[in-house]
Amino acid sequence: MIELHDVHKAFGENRVLRGVNLTIGSGTSMVIIGGSGTGKSVALKCILGLIRQDSGTITLDGRDVTTGDRDAFLARFGMLFQGGALFDSLPVWQNVAFRLLRGSLKRPRAEAREIAVEKLRRVGLKPDVADKFPAELSGGMQKRVGLARAIAAEPEIIFFDEPTTGLDPIMSGVINELIREIVVEMGATAMTITHDMTSVRAIADNVAMLHDGVIQWTGPVGDMDQSGDPYLDQFIHGRAEGPIEAVR
Amino acid sequence: MTALLHLLAALGRAVIAALAGIGRVTLYASDAVSHLARPPFYWREFGHALIQIGWLSLPVVGMTALFTGGALALQIYAGGARFNAETVVPSIVAIGLTRELGPVLGGLMVAARVASSIAAEIGTMKVTEQIDALTTLSTNPMKYLTLPRLLAATLAVPMLVAVGDAIGIMGGFLVGVGRLDFGAATYLKTTIDFLETWDVVSGLIKGAVFGFIVALMGCYHGMNSGRGAQGVGRATKSAVVASSVLILAANYVLTEVFFSA
Repeated sequence: MIELHDVHKAFGENRVLRGVNLTIGSGTSMVIIGGSGTGKSVALKCILGLIRQDSGTITLDGRDVTTGDRDAFLARFGMLFQGGALFDSLPVWQNVAFRLLRGSLKRPRAEAREIAVEKLRRVGLKPDVADKFPAELSGGMQKRVGLARAIAAEPEIIFFDEPTTGLDPIMSGVINELIREIVVEMGATAMTITHDMTSVRAIADNVAMLHDGVIQWTGPVGDMDQSGDPYLDQFIHGRAEGPIEAVR
Repeated sequence: MTALLHLLAALGRAVIAALAGIGRVTLYASDAVSHLARPPFYWREFGHALIQIGWLSLPVVGMTALFTGGALALQIYAGGARFNAETVVPSIVAIGLTRELGPVLGGLMVAARVASSIAAEIGTMKVTEQIDALTTLSTNPMKYLTLPRLLAATLAVPMLVAVGDAIGIMGGFLVGVGRLDFGAATYLKTTIDFLETWDVVSGLIKGAVFGFIVALMGCYHGMNSGRGAQGVGRATKSAVVASSVLILAANYVLTEVFFSA
């Protein structure tokens, strides 16, 4: 279980997180929604320790994430980055098997490649993609490779940062389905950041809306449409009028 | 009075900013070097960096040395002729190249070629979240990106300087024999007779320091790159400018130290 308690983070004068409280249960899929620049990615990076929060605590299974063995902590996570964040200098299979080629999870090279090819197959890519370089792939294929890399070491927790941004609606649907299938099949805890409402309905067990640096609303995805929360209603229906100020 | 205070305040801010910058670079360098004593060491990345920094810089350093050696022979001949001292051409070419021009020009060429490429590569990795991805994949970017490049440049640049010295002396030899009517055997004998081991070794030490500077500036500015194409462009420019200026400054300090020793 991941718990954020009164997490604050500011960049200079810009107070991005102003007391975030959130609980993500083990084996559940939480989707965080909110407008651009509301701090969704910052919250996610704080959990991973890529950014240090100014105050507040973040715990994983009751243990503060800033203490203990960092490698062991990170080994429990997989992450799909918004732009894929694939390493340009490495072929696809070495990107997917990156963790299996070095560090505590190191395997023999042939075995790591075999696992990479299997993970690529799981996300719908053929084995011939394995030896290509990321720059040779389309945006959708890069997302799939990023997804394969995120699941390669069988992590307990997977983060998805804007998984469908920049993809056409059909490819978005395919990626959403893949994420849902993989999370269910692996029994992993998932946290997704998006403002694509189709993704939310396809991926989420629970939804949390981040606005003005705090969690404005949280609950099961099924309750989202009847929440009665004016902020959430405005966001999910994409209305320009409402309590959330829209810059024209 | 107020204008003077404003001027002093501006000067103070600039000095504080410069000292803070030096402090950040020093901390970055010591952090990177401290990883030498803490495994793992990424040999594959080190080998790749050696090829990129050393082997692939060989043509540009070699060409620079060849033409510099030739031009140096002509200039020294022109100057020496005023004192009837044309015979010093081989020894001055060799001493000038090994002690000064070989390491400095080699270092500057490597700065232009390597510092820019390292800063652009790491800067792009930063803005496309590849550095964050490395961290989430339990790989320390300092160990994986910075340390192999620092070590490779510190080892490769002296080797480049050594090869450059030899090619530069050959440039002087070709001009000396082909254009200035020196006898080939006499030219080589004079070069060997007057060249001391320390001339070469001091140049190689300079090369190692310049290599370290080039890789450090490339990695530091890349890791601290701003957002977008403009941020990467600025990081690349800063890396080249900073490494070039630092090479020239370090060259003076080292020459002073060697001169006093």
